[in-house]
Amino acid sequence: MKLKLLAAVFLLLGLWTVQAATEFRFPMPEFESGYKHPAMSIPPASKTSPWVDLGLLAGALALSAWSVLRLRSRRYVFLIALVSLAYFGFYRKGCVCAVGSMQNILSAFFDPGYAVPLIVSAFFLIPLLFALYFGRVFCAAVCPLGAIQEMFAIFPVQLSSAVEAVLGLFAYAYLGLSVLAVYMGAGFLICRYDPFVGFFRQGASFNMFLAGGVLLLAGVFIARPYCRFLCPYGVLLRWASRFSKWHATITPAECIQCRLCETSCPYGAIVVPTPEDRPVDQRTGARRMGRLFLAAPFIIVIAAGAGYLSHEPLARLHPTVWLAERVAGEEQGRYEEKTIDGDAFRAGKRAATELYAEAHALKERFKYASACFGAFMGLVLCGKLIRLSIVRSNKDYVVDRGACLSCARCFAYCPVEKSHAAK
Amino acid sequence: MEQESKFGRRDFIRVAATAAAAGAAWAAAHPSSGTTVWQLDPAKCLQCGRCSTTCVLNPSAVKCVHSFEICGYCDLCGGYLQPGAKARDSGAENELCPVGALKRTFVEEPFYQYTIDEELCVGCGKCVKGCAVFGNGSLYLQVKHDVCVGCNECSIARNCPANAFQRVPVRNSYLLKTRENGGKGHK
Repeated sequence: MKLKLLAAVFLLLGLWTVQAATEFRFPMPEFESGYKHPAMSIPPASKTSPWVDLGLLAGALALSAWSVLRLRSRRYVFLIALVSLAYFGFYRKGCVCAVGSMQNILSAFFDPGYAVPLIVSAFFLIPLLFALYFGRVFCAAVCPLGAIQEMFAIFPVQLSSAVEAVLGLFAYAYLGLSVLAVYMGAGFLICRYDPFVGFFRQGASFNMFLAGGVLLLAGVFIARPYCRFLCPYGVLLRWASRFSKWHATITPAECIQCRLCETSCPYGAIVVPTPEDRPVDQRTGARRMGRLFLAAPFIIVIAAGAGYLSHEPLARLHPTVWLAERVAGEEQGRYEEKTIDGDAFRAGKRAATELYAEAHALKERFKYASACFGAFMGLVLCGKLIRLSIVRSNKDYVVDRGACLSCARCFAYCPVEKSHAAK
Repeated sequence: MEQESKFGRRDFIRVAATAAAAGAAWAAAHPSSGTTVWQLDPAKCLQCGRCSTTCVLNPSAVKCVHSFEICGYCDLCGGYLQPGAKARDSGAENELCPVGALKRTFVEEPFYQYTIDEELCVGCGKCVKGCAVFGNGSLYLQVKHDVCVGCNECSIARNCPANAFQRVPVRNSYLLKTRENGGKGHK
C-alpha cells in the first residue's frame, strides 16, 4: 500500500517537473556549436560591514565627548564633524542614520512582524545614551545632517527667545507626525523628507534639492535650522541631554560674569544670570502658573479636536487611502488622466469595494490617531508655556542643556579659559 | 563632594531613562534577523516604468538582468525588437531599448544571445514587457546591489503600483528566475 502511494507521489512529481520544464514558450535550444552561456552578474550587497559603521559611530561619539568635555577644543569637534560628514554623509550616502532608525524601532513596536536588526537598534540607542551622560555630542560632531549645516553656519545671528520658542514647536510637530505615520503604516516621513540626503547621494528631485538648499542658505545666518526647528530625533536628544551627568560648561572654572560669551552662542543655548530685581512679582508669577495649569486640560482637548478635524488630509499620507480616493475619482471621471496606480489596481484581482472598505477602516483609525497627535501637540504647548513661566535663578552664565549642541564655540570667548589653559 | 555622591532625582531619572531606552531598543531588536536589502519580485512586476523614474539615484539602481538559462535565444526577440520592426537587425529604428543597452550577438543559426550593458540600462522595463508578452520572460528587473544605496524607505517601493518590492536577507539578495523555479523568481 505504502509502496503504491510512494510510486504515485513520484509519478506526480515527475509529471510536475515535466510540466515546469515545458512551461516556457520557447524551449532552450540545444546548441551544436558547444555554446556556453555567460554567467549572470549578480553583485552582492553591503560593501561595508555594519559593524564598521557601528564602531565608527561609537568611536566618533567617544571622541566628540572627549573633545568637548576634556580637551574643550572646537577645532577637534569641527574635525570630527568633517570626518563624520565624509563617512556617514558622502561615503555611506546618509543611509545608516540614527535619526531615521527611530522609525524602525517604532515599527517594531507597532507591527510585531517587523524585524529590526540589532545594529539598527544600536544606532538608535547609542547616541541617546551618550546624550544622557555627556550631552548632545552626537549633534555636535557625529550626525552628518548636523555637520553639513555646521559647515554653513558662517555668519550666525541670534534669534529672539520668543521666535526660537515658536519655531522649536515645529520639531515636536514633525516628531508627532512621523510617529503617526509609522503607527498607521504610512511610511517613514523622516527619510522621505530628509533635506540633505540628496547632496550626499548627489541626486534627488528638484524639490528636495530646493528644500535642502534653502535650509543650508538660511543656515548661513540662522545656524542649523534643521537641528533646532525640525529634527525629530533631536527632540529625544534634547530630553536626554537635560539629565546629562557631565555636560559642557561655558567656563572651565568659576564664571566671572564678564558677559563676553553672551553673544557667542548661535543656538540660543546660553542662559544669562537672573537679574537681582525680578521683573515680575513672585505672586503674579504663581497666579499665572495656576491659570496655566487650569487652562492646560482645555488646551489639550482643543488641540485634540483640531487633530481630529484634520484626519482627512492626514489620512492621505497612507498609500491605501490615497489609492482608494484615486480609484474612486477615476471611476467618477474626476480626473482627466488615469494613473499607473489606478490601472494596476483595476488589472488586479481585488474588487474596488474591498479597497474602499479597507480605506474606510484606515480613516476611522486615523480619526483616533490624529486626535492623539493633536493632544500631543497641546501637551507640548502647555509644557513649553509652563517651562517659560518658571523663573529659574542662576547667578552665572550657564548652558541650557536641552538646547546646547555642544559645538564648543563659547569656550574660546571665556577669558577664564585662557588663564586656565595657561596654568 | 559629599553632595555629589548622593543619588539625586536627576540621577534617578537618568538611570531610569537609560534603562527605558536600552529596554526599548532591546525589545525592538530581533538579534537573529540580519541586515536586509530591497529587492523586487519579478513575478509581481508590471513593468510600469516607475523603477527608472522614482529611484533616488539617476540612473536607477534597478536594472534589467537576463536569465540565460531560460532564454529561448530567439531571432525574433520581443524584448529586443520594436513591435512591427521592419528588420531583425541592430538598426536603432528596430531596437526597443531606448538607450541601446540590450546587445545582441550571433551564436549559431538561428539563435542570438542577448546581454545587457548595465552602464547604459536605466531600468525602464520596456524590454521586460516585450519579453514577458512574447517570450519566456528571461529578461526581468532586479535591484542591483552594487548600485543601490539601501534607503531605509525605498522610494521605488513606495511608488510601486504592484507592491513588488520587499526586503530580503543580504546573503540571498536576488530573486532570480531559474529553470528550477520555472521562471517564477522564487521557489
